[in-house]
Amino acid sequence: MKKELLSGNEAIARGLYEAGVRFASAYPGTPSTEILENYARYDQVYAEWAPNEKVAVEVAIGAALGGIRAVAVMKHVGVNVAADPVFTVSYTGIEGALVIITADDPSMHSSQNEQDNRNYAKFAKIPMLEPADPQEAKEYIKLAFELSEKFDTPVFLRSTTRVSHSKSVVSLDEPLLPADKPSLATNAEKYVMVPINARTRRVEVEKRQQILKEFVETFPENKMELNSTEVGIITAGMPYNYAKDVFPDYSYLKLGMVYPLPERMIREFASKVKKIYVVEELDPYLEEQIKAMGIEVTGKDIFPYTNEFDPGIIQKAILSDLQGIESPYKAPLAVRPPNLCPGCPHRSLFYALKKSKAYVHGDIGCYTLSYLKPLEGLHSCICMGASIGMAHGMSKALGETGKGKVVGVIGDSTFLHSGITPLLNMAYNQSDALIIILDNSTTAMTGMQEHPGTGYTLMGKEAKKVNLKSLVSALGIENIRIIDPNDLTATREAIKAELASDGPSVIIAERPCVLFKRSHLKPESPVKVDSEKCEGCKSCLDLNCPPISWKEGVTKKGSKRKGIAVIDETLCNGCGLCVQVCKFKAIS
Amino acid sequence: MRSNESKSILFSGVGGQGTLRASDILCMVMMEAGYDVKKSEVHGMAQRGGCVTSHVRYGKKVYSPLAAAGSIDTLVSFEKMEALRYLKLLNEKASIILNTEEIYPPSVNLGIAAYPADVVEFLKNHYPKVIALNAAEIAMKAGNIKAANVVLLGALSNMMDVEKSIWESVIKKSFPQKLIKLNLEAFQMGIAA
Repeated sequence: MKKELLSGNEAIARGLYEAGVRFASAYPGTPSTEILENYARYDQVYAEWAPNEKVAVEVAIGAALGGIRAVAVMKHVGVNVAADPVFTVSYTGIEGALVIITADDPSMHSSQNEQDNRNYAKFAKIPMLEPADPQEAKEYIKLAFELSEKFDTPVFLRSTTRVSHSKSVVSLDEPLLPADKPSLATNAEKYVMVPINARTRRVEVEKRQQILKEFVETFPENKMELNSTEVGIITAGMPYNYAKDVFPDYSYLKLGMVYPLPERMIREFASKVKKIYVVEELDPYLEEQIKAMGIEVTGKDIFPYTNEFDPGIIQKAILSDLQGIESPYKAPLAVRPPNLCPGCPHRSLFYALKKSKAYVHGDIGCYTLSYLKPLEGLHSCICMGASIGMAHGMSKALGETGKGKVVGVIGDSTFLHSGITPLLNMAYNQSDALIIILDNSTTAMTGMQEHPGTGYTLMGKEAKKVNLKSLVSALGIENIRIIDPNDLTATREAIKAELASDGPSVIIAERPCVLFKRSHLKPESPVKVDSEKCEGCKSCLDLNCPPISWKEGVTKKGSKRKGIAVIDETLCNGCGLCVQVCKFKAIS
Repeated sequence: MRSNESKSILFSGVGGQGTLRASDILCMVMMEAGYDVKKSEVHGMAQRGGCVTSHVRYGKKVYSPLAAAGSIDTLVSFEKMEALRYLKLLNEKASIILNTEEIYPPSVNLGIAAYPADVVEFLKNHYPKVIALNAAEIAMKAGNIKAANVVLLGALSNMMDVEKSIWESVIKKSFPQKLIKLNLEAFQMGIAA
C-alpha cells in the first residue's frame, strides 16, 4: 500500500477524491483553505470558490438535490455565515449526499474567536464525525458520505487546526468511481420548507435522531480500549493523541462520532473503570451530555476551557502535584508580531488614515495587522464584512459629532464575501461614513486565492471579473474615487476630500499584493539612506516597514541627531513610500 | 520503543526562512528510515514575519504531533534569539543547533527593545550540546542564502542515527532540478560545519 506524509487538509482532499466525490465548494479560511486547493488538483473533479460560506453550502445543497455527492468546506466562523441554510437542510435531507467540513481553531492561531462547532451538530441535529489525525480524516470523509446517503442527512466533519495542519503518514487507497446518481426528480413536499411541510419534516428529523442514536452504539469508529480499571478517559479528536501520549496505560473511549453520542456504550465504559476524565478542548460539550446521563466524570473542573491542549497540559491537570517546567531564560524577550510585508500597499493607506484622525472600522484580512503600533491604523474588527455596517451605524448615531470622522476599510475579497449588502444599506439609509475598499486583486491573508474580482477561478480558468466601481455605483453610492495607495499625497487628498463630503463615499485603493505572482510586479531597486542628509527624525520608522531600522550613535557636527535610519537592502522592495515620507530627502 | 519513548525535535525561526520546508524534509527522512512520524506547525499569520515553529516527533508509534513542555530532545533554531523563546519546551539534556543569524523584530528596529546579547554563551551554560553556526553565510558560500535551512539540516544529520544517503535522496526529491546541486552542497557544508 502506498504511504505518504500528508497534512490533515491534504488527507481530507485525498479522502474526497477516494470517496468518488467530484463536486466541492468553499470559501478560503485558515485552517481549512488547503482542503479545496489540494482537492482541485485531482483529475476529473469540480471545485469552486464561492464568494462566501453561505453560498458554498447552498451550491452544495443544489448539487446534492441533483443526486450528486457534494461537499462544502469552511473555517469555524464560516459556519455562522452558512448557518441559515444548514439548519433547514437538516429538515429536508438530500437526494445525493452532503458533507459540511468545519475547521475549528482552538487557540485562535488565525481567527477572531474560538467557538466550538460541535455545538452546531447538536443545535442543527446533524451528525458529526471528528477525526484525530490525517489518516482518520481521510477515512472519516468516506464514512461521512456513507452516513449522509444512508440516513438522508447532511453530515458535519469537524477538524481543528492541529488535525488540519499536522502531518503524518497516511496510507492511500485507489479512488472509487463517483457514486453520483444525477436526477431532476422533484419532491416538493420534502424540499419546499413552507410551514405545513416543515412541520412534517420536523417530525422526520426526530425519527432520524432516534435511528442515529441506535446506529452510533455499534458505529465502529467509537472505540473502547480497555487497559487500566482504575482510570478511563473519554475523548474525541486530537486530544485523544495528547492523552495517549502521556497516559498510555489508562483505558479509553475514543468517540469518532461526537453527535449523537452512544449512551449505552458510555455507560458500559463507565461501569468498567473507577474514575473517568473527559478530555476535550474548548466547551464541556461531551462532559455536559455525559453528566446529563447521570454519570460522574471529571472535566472542566481541572482542564482549561480556553486554548488548545497538548500532552503536557493534560498530564499536569491529572497529576496535580506535577512540577511546572520553567524556562531558564528569565529576561523579557522582544515580541515578534506578524507585520505587513515590505512594499505592502496597505502600509501607505493606513499611514495616511492615521493622520486623518478618524475612527477606522476594520475588517478581516492582512490589513488588520495595521492596528499595531506604530501604524495604529484601525480601531475595530469583528467579523467578515462588519466594517461597513459598523461605520454606517456609528456615523448615523453620532450625527454631526461623527461627521468626517468615521471610516470603514475592507479588502476586495472580504467586500465580495459580505460587504455588498451593508454598502447597499449605507446607500439606502445615507450616512456620512467613508468606506475604503483595499483592492489588492487577491485573497491575500489565506494565501492568494481567487475570488469574483480576480478574473480567474479556483480551477485556473479565466472568468468574469466584477467591476468594483460599477458595482458600488449600482448600489447607489455617488461619491466614488479610485486611487493608487502608494501615491501618498493623492491618497491623503482623497481621504480628506471624501471625509469632508456629504453622504456616503467609497474610495477604491487599487494595487496588487506584493506577494501576488500573477500580477508580475517586479520589485523596484532597493532604496538607501544618505547618512549625510538623514537628520535622525525617525519619521520613516512610523511606517513600521521591516527593512527600516534605527542605528544609534551616528552623530554629525552641527546637527542634533542622535542616530540615523538604516534600510536593509535585502528586504527592501523599493516601493518608495519612505522616500515620500522623508522630509530631508535623505532616502533615494 | 514504547509510545512515550518517541523523540521530539523543535524547529524555530521567522516567517520566510524555510523552517517548515526543513521540518518537512526531516519528516520524510524519518519516514524513509522506517519510523512513524508526526509533525505540527501553525500556518497563517506566521507568514507575515512572525514566529514560526514546527514540532517533529518520531518513534515506533507516535500519538501526539505536539511535544509537551520539557520534552524536546533537539532544538534547531533558524534565528538566534528565537532559540530563547522556546526553552520551556526543552528537556535539560537537549541538544541545540543554532543559526547565529540575527533578524530584528520591529521593536528592536524601532529602538524600543534590545536584541539579547550573549545568546550562545547562555545556551552553552545551560545545555550540554550547543552547535552554533552562521547558516546564512554558509549558504551564501554554497550559492544562495535560501539554502540556509538545508545547511542546518546537515548539522542536524550528524546527531541523527540515519544514513546520510537517505537524507540526500529526500533532498533530491524536495527541490526542483536546478536547485538540487546547490542544496546537496549546502547539506554537506552543514555536516562539515
